[in-house]
Amino acid sequence: MFGKLDLSTLQQLWWIITSVVGSLFVMLTFVQGGQTLVLTLGGDPEEKNLIVNSLGRKWELTFTTLVLFGGALYAAFPLFYASSFGGAYWVWISILLTFVIQAVSYEFRRKPNNFLGERTYEIFLLINGTVGILLIGAAVGTFFTGSNFVLNDYNLVRWTHPLRGLEAAFSLFNLSFGLFLVFLARTLGALYLANNLGHETLVARLKKSSFSNFLAALPFLLYVLIRLLTMDGFAFNPGTGAVTLEAHKYLNNLLQMPLVLVLLLAGLLLVVAGVALNRFTPSVRGIWPAGLGTVLTCLAIFSLAGFNNTPFYPSRADLASSLTIYNASSSHYTLTMMSYVALAVPLVLAYVSWVWKQMDGSKLTVEEVTADKKSY
Amino acid sequence: MIDQIDLGQVNWARAQFALTAGYHWIFVPLTLGLSFLCAFFESIYVRTGNEEWKRLTRFWMTLFAINFAIGIATGIILEFQFGTNWSNYSWMVGDIFGAPLAIEGIFAFFIEATFFAVMFFGWNRVSKRMHLFSTWMVAVGANLSALWILVANGWMQNPVGMKFNPDMARFEMQDLWAVIASPVAISHFAHATGSGFLLASLFVVAVSSWFLLKRRHLLFAKRSIAVACVFGLFSSLFVAYTGDEHAFITVRTQPMKLAAMEGLWDGKSPTGLIAMGIVNGAKKPGDDQPPFLASVEIPGLLTLMAHRSFTGFVPGINDLVSGNADQGIEGIDARIERGRLAVSALGDYKAAQKAGDGALAQSALAIFDDNRGDLGYGYLRSPEEAVPPVALTFYAFRLMVIVGTFFILLFVLFLWQSLRGRLEKSRFLLRLGVISLFLGYAAQQAGWIVTEVGRQPWAIQGMLPVSVARSNLDSATVATTFFIFLALFTALLIAEVKIMTKQISIGPEGA
Repeated sequence: MFGKLDLSTLQQLWWIITSVVGSLFVMLTFVQGGQTLVLTLGGDPEEKNLIVNSLGRKWELTFTTLVLFGGALYAAFPLFYASSFGGAYWVWISILLTFVIQAVSYEFRRKPNNFLGERTYEIFLLINGTVGILLIGAAVGTFFTGSNFVLNDYNLVRWTHPLRGLEAAFSLFNLSFGLFLVFLARTLGALYLANNLGHETLVARLKKSSFSNFLAALPFLLYVLIRLLTMDGFAFNPGTGAVTLEAHKYLNNLLQMPLVLVLLLAGLLLVVAGVALNRFTPSVRGIWPAGLGTVLTCLAIFSLAGFNNTPFYPSRADLASSLTIYNASSSHYTLTMMSYVALAVPLVLAYVSWVWKQMDGSKLTVEEVTADKKSY
Repeated sequence: MIDQIDLGQVNWARAQFALTAGYHWIFVPLTLGLSFLCAFFESIYVRTGNEEWKRLTRFWMTLFAINFAIGIATGIILEFQFGTNWSNYSWMVGDIFGAPLAIEGIFAFFIEATFFAVMFFGWNRVSKRMHLFSTWMVAVGANLSALWILVANGWMQNPVGMKFNPDMARFEMQDLWAVIASPVAISHFAHATGSGFLLASLFVVAVSSWFLLKRRHLLFAKRSIAVACVFGLFSSLFVAYTGDEHAFITVRTQPMKLAAMEGLWDGKSPTGLIAMGIVNGAKKPGDDQPPFLASVEIPGLLTLMAHRSFTGFVPGINDLVSGNADQGIEGIDARIERGRLAVSALGDYKAAQKAGDGALAQSALAIFDDNRGDLGYGYLRSPEEAVPPVALTFYAFRLMVIVGTFFILLFVLFLWQSLRGRLEKSRFLLRLGVISLFLGYAAQQAGWIVTEVGRQPWAIQGMLPVSVARSNLDSATVATTFFIFLALFTALLIAEVKIMTKQISIGPEGA
């Protein structure tokens, strides 16, 4: 089936698959967003524990999706994996460190004799939810602003900036992208918690918080959108592979790929609808439209970066070194085999959804968390 | 291809990988086995309805979870370290190596992550059977995860099902099934997971023995020991069997590693096995120094292990480095020479292509094709560089085998005393049970050392030396992250040990 597809179709298919995984990861960062609310919204220790326990039952899904995203990029676009991780070294090391400290925090936080103390692990969760997401946003921002690397004739990478990736955080566009993701994650976190917790006063605070965080995200979102529509972008010639700067490239992409424009608008509208649902009605189910909206928006952003003859990882140091979904991908054989493997993804999503439904049938309460000796 | 190799940076990157893998391998084997033990315990609970088994299950699950979290934390660093510290490797073999990692994510991690939440928080939210199913799924997921990463590692030890593409300057997959079903990968998986089951059994036996020595939770401890001993005995026998199988395969796929494991410098037929010995660290290939300062040899045993008979030649380090015409073994000098021809022809091919000189490109490609099998050797500076650290490999192998054999005896003794109802009174055996846990961890690390140190200097056996596999970083950068990880992992290990010991001292009431 897949073996009969030509290489470029497979490459496009794999850009869509990795985009879906990446988009699901961004949606699942409601865990990280929720973590940043622990210290400010969790009034007393009981409320704090309630928030941590609600998030603690989902944190592994976000973590696993990040690992899968890394694995999918490695398998499908190894040249990106090698160039970005080996080049933008410090930014990725920093991101990884924030995820390492997250992984142990839930399990260790309230265990007796935990050596570093409860508060330290709460700060670890805060760092993961802010610094980690900010840097991920900055790294994704380089899909549009470019990075400082050069590839030699053997496709081996050399980074040309001494900050090795951290320089991405000094671009207003990348920084805005990162801050937008941080506030979006906080918004989603508040929406998720409001839906999951059985605690009236906390839920009321969460409903307000989702709205205020969405308002905080708006200026950064607007800046990112305006810049995307007005900035010069990177384009490549499919015949020669030559990369050039093109005026309003990303605006052109949106106009030339109307489906992406629809995805973007629908996604943003759904996020707004989710936030409004929680803020202006008694409903607490805003996480569903907002979550779906986040996935659609991210899919549009990834499509904008990778399709329509656009290098998804442009090099500012040497345009010719820029990576496209065509020159950075695995071979036809590997993409074919991996496509068969990817057929299992819907099955995975199905059992994850089923288990999620089983576990979240009733709201999580202070009583349940207090009664469970194993609670986080 | 590589302008200048900074060996300092390569060694820091090696050290960092060894550090991360070493820490990771403290936690993962326990997870692999303890997940199954929890599933056994819970199955007994569901079958009998006895609440004591539920209490027992929850206690071991608590310890499993503490360990599991830090295993995940170190695991994510390992996955991404292939990109950060070994980016040349990531590009050159990503077409093959990325696939098992992605498959691991889809088929194993999500099973674990999804059912882990049910296993821990679903006691009152899902049915008894659904909960038991989730516990089994966590065990299956954890071990499937090991399968895929060991398939990837097995391919690095014995690269199959691929071909070098000179246009892309990378290795490309030709046969995924050959990668997955490689006997090296399967034997690697069987041995490593078996050792994980063994370690978890030792863990349960050690903690339970400590309870018995302290006269606490007696019934709980005896029940735990009974299940763990049966599992441990089968696992230790399985580990011995797969270890032997692994050695049999290694002599064919990585003869240099086997020679280093045995401290064998000059091959002969039949060859004895050094049961114990003190390695002469000053010995170099081709010199006349004795290989051991003192040794005890079992005649013919190495040949028996390598050939399943007392006849057959087992090559030594000197045979492999300098060649042995009688046995049809080519020296590494010749391979280096051909490898350099391949490297040079590849450069000429790329240059000619760039210049648009098709004829020159074709002639360079023809030279490359004639020598491509030895491409990796072209980056070695001397034949001696192909010899891994002998002493470390030799001692680690012996530690693993001796301790592994002792564990079989230990489990038999525990079972024997349990059946006679005399376990509580066997205080010496109980103390031995506690101490054995540390021997188990030592054996785990030793096994990892044999596997990874024994294959140096290769990242991909015979194809890609670690010096080429590295990222284009400076030593200071990699050294800095080495110390960051060292500090972080050590702090987390201290936290884990303190939490674990406290949780154990609280006992099953706290679960």
